[in-house]
Order: sequence, then structure tokens, then C-alpha cells
Amino acid sequence: MIRLIGYGNPGRGDDGLGPALAGRMADATGLAVTTEYQLTVDHALLIADAAKVIFADALLRADAPFEFTQITPSTSHDVTSHSLSPEAVLALCKTLYGRTPKAFVLGITGHAFGEVKEGLGPQARTNLSLAEAFLRDWLAGKQPTPPVGGLAHA
Amino acid sequence: MTDTPRTIEISPVTRVEGHGKVTIHLDKHGMVDDARLHIVEFRGFERFIHGRLLWEVPVIVQRLCGICPVSHHLAAAKAMDVICGVDELPPTAEKMRRLMHYGQVMQSHVLHFFHLAAPDLLFGFDAPAAQRNIFEVLRQKPELGRRAILMRKFGQDIIEATAGKKIHGTAAIPGGINHNLPIATRDAFLKSVAEMRNWAQDALALARDYTLSHAELVGSFAAFPSNYMSLVREGDGALDLYHGNLRMIDAEGATIFDQLPYDQYHTKLVEDVRAWSYMKFPFIKDIGADDGWYRVGPLARMNTVNLIDTPLANAARDELLATAEGAKMHPILANHWARMIEVVHCVEKIEDLLHDPDLQGTDLRATGDRREEGIGVIEAPRGNLIHHYKVDENDQVTFCNLVVSTTHNNEAMNRSVKDVAVKQLSGQPEITEGMLNQVEVAIRAYDPCLSCATHALGQMPLEVELLDADGQTLDKKARAQ
Repeated sequence: MIRLIGYGNPGRGDDGLGPALAGRMADATGLAVTTEYQLTVDHALLIADAAKVIFADALLRADAPFEFTQITPSTSHDVTSHSLSPEAVLALCKTLYGRTPKAFVLGITGHAFGEVKEGLGPQARTNLSLAEAFLRDWLAGKQPTPPVGGLAHA
Repeated sequence: MTDTPRTIEISPVTRVEGHGKVTIHLDKHGMVDDARLHIVEFRGFERFIHGRLLWEVPVIVQRLCGICPVSHHLAAAKAMDVICGVDELPPTAEKMRRLMHYGQVMQSHVLHFFHLAAPDLLFGFDAPAAQRNIFEVLRQKPELGRRAILMRKFGQDIIEATAGKKIHGTAAIPGGINHNLPIATRDAFLKSVAEMRNWAQDALALARDYTLSHAELVGSFAAFPSNYMSLVREGDGALDLYHGNLRMIDAEGATIFDQLPYDQYHTKLVEDVRAWSYMKFPFIKDIGADDGWYRVGPLARMNTVNLIDTPLANAARDELLATAEGAKMHPILANHWARMIEVVHCVEKIEDLLHDPDLQGTDLRATGDRREEGIGVIEAPRGNLIHHYKVDENDQVTFCNLVVSTTHNNEAMNRSVKDVAVKQLSGQPEITEGMLNQVEVAIRAYDPCLSCATHALGQMPLEVELLDADGQTLDKKARAQ
């Protein structure tokens, strides 16, 4: 099973890119889709039985419309609040359940995060469509076009 | 020793939600003169609500916070009940909302205790940062970690079943609820609730044992008296996290006001503004800002209520208060014990509700005569939460005032930081990691959500700065984010 976790706050403009992607991918075959505000300790359990997991999040200050990067467990990311980084969720999964799925971060570039505002900006919507197309190709086993800035293969 | 007064800045304060900064002001003798918790972000959520339709407010306000969205959902829904002329919900609606709320409080307290507080409690405040974190807790006690995650999942699943989804739930609507609890869903929860009760009692024992075995530390760490406020149940003054009237007591337990309908909150409370923080400072109007500040939250609730109407939690509260020998409990570190008592209480209430056939009722919504103003109050995980709205003839919001738990606790958090700073930093030539963490522990004991308190959104860090008597920065400390 492949799990997609789209996270972010849709009430803060382009920070809603992760949940927006999750919404678009809800109908994808063989993909378990979850939408969250932020990653917390219980996501370690959610991903424990997945073969692969994709963390979809808004990306700050990037040149490419999106980036797709393979990640590994890490405890070096400080736990500064209730929320965790994807790497920390993987580390917790490994500690508690003895395994980790192959994991990727799909970061979609946003531009407007500051204010309380619903809805994505025009550039974020374009980036979202590009990321969605990429992810559908990747899930289908195609060789999707790598975005500028790097691409990690499954 | 320098003869120049100094100020210390800590930035960010870790394991709290939101963005703020602590400044510690030293006098010319190097002694702590003052300490302030500054909230430095403001994004105007109340303005964002202006013009929104009353029907969408209970959903939109959940975007205030990724930690306790259900509390905002329910407080806003209660305010909109009033505006829609509904003073009493159908039993199914009220019990579905209560079930949602108990699931929320349970999972929030579990997250705080195991994820944020456990590293300090298990390894000590002075332990190296590399050890004092959730990863080390779980490496040493993986079974504890797995239980904590399953307890949090149980609470989250309750929320999903009652609110419609885990985030941005839509179930609580003005005047009621939009669905009941299917029998199959109820039965699934019933299969695991006894295990949750047992685990909650184990967690309670951990928190109690910590408090009792560290009595000297707990009794001296920012352990000062204060006034306390919470909702209490009408009539018997029992703990009621969902509904009731306001009670304020002083440090000895004497009544300041009692059974005050919460739509009168503004007759008793005033919100002060200080130039150095976006977070307001509420106080009791009749007493004044100097002595009229108060605390809310789990420990405050243990102090204010007459009893808890579930047997395990009530017995645990009796044991907690017995340690105060007839007085009220003041140490902020006793909040952890109080939090776990509330986890037990929530599981007991959830179990009772799951056996109540009203959850399968079909009368979901009441109606009434429209009003222009509504106030909804709830006891959120971190304490009392007030939502106050006015709407116009087009159902659009024209006024919004939110008083969140962290704002109620603002003065107390500042005093806690000062208490620790005076003991740890006065006369010291340098700031150590252990000193910084003690300041943070004092703030974390309130489980503050600074995002909520300033009505800003998203995760932001907090900082500590050291200043001299002339306001010049002498030192800053910031942890990696």
C-alpha cells in the first residue's frame, strides 16, 4: 500500500497545498490518502504498514514548481512543538514498530503564506497541477519529467 | 560582576506551539528585575471572521489552531446556537458534541504528557538536549510510546466519528449536530474503551508518582498561589468540560464569583493591553490588574470544582488535593497530574456515552428566534475558551472576540518565567542549557498554544533575550528549529 499524507493549513493561503493535493488524489487507485494540519507522533502508526509513503507539503522559497525527494529517518530535527518533520515521523516509526516505509517528500512551491486567507494563489495552483501530474505518472510507474531542483525515484 | 544591568533573551522556547520571545531584565547588580513572555506575531483572525456567514463560522474557526480545532469548533457552535435562538439542544446533539469534546481533550492531554512533558519528567530539566526529547523517551520506553499513540488514536477516531473528519469537522451546526453515531461505530469503540481506561489509569499513576516523588522540586518550581477560573456544572459545581457557569476562586478557595452565566463574562473580566506583547492580559475587573490575574486549565479546574462526576477521576482528584492538606494546589508542575486525571475522566465519560442510546437518536437540531449576539464558552484542554460574536440581518459577523486559554494564563506564565529566572539566573555570569530549559519548562507546564493566543496560524518558534538596565541586548539564546 502506498500512503499519501497531504498536510498544511488551508486557512493560510498556499500552506494548503498539501491538503489540496490530497484532495485531488483521493480517487487514485491503490493510494491511501490522508489530510492533516501537521504531522504528529501518531503518524508513526499510520505509516507503519505502508510500503511507501509520500508526504506532500507546501514548499517555501523554491525555484522549481515542486520538488520530490527521498528521505530517511532522522532525529536531528528538533521537536519544537506538537508537530514533527517527516524525517522524525519515520524515526519514531522505526523505533516503535521496527520498520519504516520507503518515504518521499513532495514539496510544492507556494508564494503566499503570511495572512489568514483561504484558497491558493494562481502560481500555487499551477504548481499544484504540475505536481499532481507528476505524482500520477510516478504512481503509474512511468518516468515522469524531473522538476528543476531534483527528483528522487522510487 | 558587571555593574551594568542586563537582559537575557531565549529564542525559541521549544516544545510550545506558536511564536514568542522571553526577555529577562537584569538590574545593575546582575539580579533579575523582570521577565516577560512576548508574543510577537499577530495576524488578525478576528478581522478575518468579519463578514463571514454565521453558518460557516464553526468550521472556519478551526483554522485558528492545528492542536485543538475541536474546541474552537464547539465554542463557536455554542455561540451560534444562541444567535439562532436555541438555548437547549436535542439530547442527541448535545451528547454527540460532548463525545467529540471528550475525545479531543483526551488526545490533546495524552500528546502533551507523553510527547512534550515526558522528556523533562523522565530525564530531568538539566539533562542534555540530545537526551531530553521524545526519541529518547521512546527508545527507552517503547511500550509506553506505543500505548500513548494508540490512546491518541482512540481520541482522534472519536473526533472523526463525531465531527465527520479529523480536521475541519463540520458536524456541530448552529442549533445541533448533522449526524448521529451509527451502532457499528459505537460497537467498535466499545471494544477498546476498557483498555483505554486501564491505560489512562496507568498514565495517571505515572504523573501522580512523579509529582509525589519530586515533591520538593514540584513544591518550589514556580509554585505560587493565584486565583483560578473555570466553568462548573450548574447546581452541584461539578467538573463539566462542555457546559456550565463561570466560577472564580481565590488562592485560599474563597469565592470571587460563582455560577455566573458565561454570557456575562465581560461584566467580570477585563482584557489589558501591554505595548510589548500582542497577547492581552485579562484580569478580574473588581480586583484590578495587579492582584486580579488568574489561571485556567487542568489544575485550575481541579481547584475550582466541587467534585468530578466519574468515580475514578473523582477519587484521583481527592488524592491530588489531599497533598495540599486542605488548601488549593498551586504548583504548576501539578498540572501534569491534573491533566492525567482529566484523561481518566474523559475515558469514563466516553464509556458512559457509548452506552447511551441517545447517541443513535434522530432529533438532531433545534430552532428558535434569531438573536444578534451569541457567546459560547467551553473548557478546552488548556483551559477556558470564550467565543463572542455579533451578526447583522444578513447573517454576517460584525464583531468577534476570542479569549483563549493561553491568554487567560498570560500573566501567570509571565510570573512563572520570572519566578524561575530569579532562582536560576540572578547573579549568574552565563546562561547554561539547563537554565534555559527551566525557563521553558515553566512555560510548557501551561501547554500554551501561542498560535491561538495571538490568533495567528501555523507553527512558529519562540526566543529568550538578556537585556541590561538601559535596554541593551547582552545575550540571546536560540535553539535550532
